[in-house]
Amino acid sequence: MTCNEARILLHALLDNELDAGHAREVEAHIAGCPDCAAEFAAQREMQRVLADTDLRYTAPASLRTRIEASLPKPQPQPTRRSVLRGFAMGSAVSALAATGVVALVLRQDDQQRILSEVVSAHLRSLQAGHLIDVVSTDQHTVKPWFNGKLDVAPPVIDLTAQGFTLVGGRLDYVDARAIGAVVYKRRQHVVNLFVSQTSNAEYRAPKTETMQGFNCRRWGNRGLNFWAVSDIGADELAEFVDKFEAAMKANVEG
Amino acid sequence: MPANDDLQKAQRFREAALPYLDDVYTLARYLLRDASDAEDAVQECYLRALKHFDSYRGPAMKPWLFAILRNVCNAEYARRAHRPSAIEDTPGAADRTPIWQESEASPETEVLRSRDAGAIRKLIDALAEPFKETFVLREINNLSYREIADAVGAPVGTVMSRLARARAMLRAAWTAEEEQAK
Repeated sequence: MTCNEARILLHALLDNELDAGHAREVEAHIAGCPDCAAEFAAQREMQRVLADTDLRYTAPASLRTRIEASLPKPQPQPTRRSVLRGFAMGSAVSALAATGVVALVLRQDDQQRILSEVVSAHLRSLQAGHLIDVVSTDQHTVKPWFNGKLDVAPPVIDLTAQGFTLVGGRLDYVDARAIGAVVYKRRQHVVNLFVSQTSNAEYRAPKTETMQGFNCRRWGNRGLNFWAVSDIGADELAEFVDKFEAAMKANVEG
Repeated sequence: MPANDDLQKAQRFREAALPYLDDVYTLARYLLRDASDAEDAVQECYLRALKHFDSYRGPAMKPWLFAILRNVCNAEYARRAHRPSAIEDTPGAADRTPIWQESEASPETEVLRSRDAGAIRKLIDALAEPFKETFVLREINNLSYREIADAVGAPVGTVMSRLARARAMLRAAWTAEEEQAK
């Protein structure tokens, strides 16, 4: 490999875009060429600084409103709040119906609350030194670590080959209960997979919600509730969940 | 009242495309270097995306939106080229603020590190196209080479060499500035 080639390919190496064979070739060249080695080190340092700096812009709220306003809209339905306001104003709904509606309202709020707690737990985990209790890329180290700490054994699956690197596990608290968090990385992004027990063994299909700019994909399977939270795009998070479920399926059957 | 189909389509579009608003706006800011032009471009991008949403079959949503935004921005470049006076040499002037002010220190950016981020943003803004676009798509919008190739309509090999060039230029500008500061 010539230096000219290496000067281009070393970027693909930095970005994890090379297959194993080409990666080895570039690494071999860098090992034997001080100039290219220096360039590689300098570029890696620059990439590190860039990743640590927030270079994104946030769209102004007015822009979001303008775009929302340009989408076709349904006729205004009574919102939950206006239903409740109706009660406050003493509307003529019977007491029995009222209880039913309130229960429905509360259950929805409950899900919102848990979603917001899951997102908060994700945010907390991003603070320095808070991400991982057991640091390991080895699923056979992370999985036993959870033993005795939880009333469930969270499935720990290495998805490195699928582009999501297992980096460790953590105990967290959601809905006033200890919950397992398995931590993955996609490039510089953290994916927290929260796992808790549920009495409902039915499969519930994955669904993505967005809160405070984070995507959260939640689903249920094999008596467990899962929430995958990250700042990666909704499509990438869906890919993560698909790969996780495929690997789970392979594990169970194999 | 709009037909039910339209409502469902709008809802699907909202769920699929709106989560990327900040990503699209970020790219627009770097491409156009002007906050209000960027807002207009992003709005136009979402209008066009909604119009073509029926025929959308991939690539992934993010590269697709970026591809539409690029077309909108190219039209804006063409419009600018007809303006009497070019403002190419003073990027800050586009924000209608005197260049001796910290124009990027708006309340919407974080207080911490904002100074560093502002300096780095200026260095990136100064990169020539198509290198800047490739760099922003990779380093700030976090697209893979394949996704960048989809968004800009160029082969992956071209993406790779543009990126190498962009990073080399950025590093040269960066070190030159640090030398000056000494």
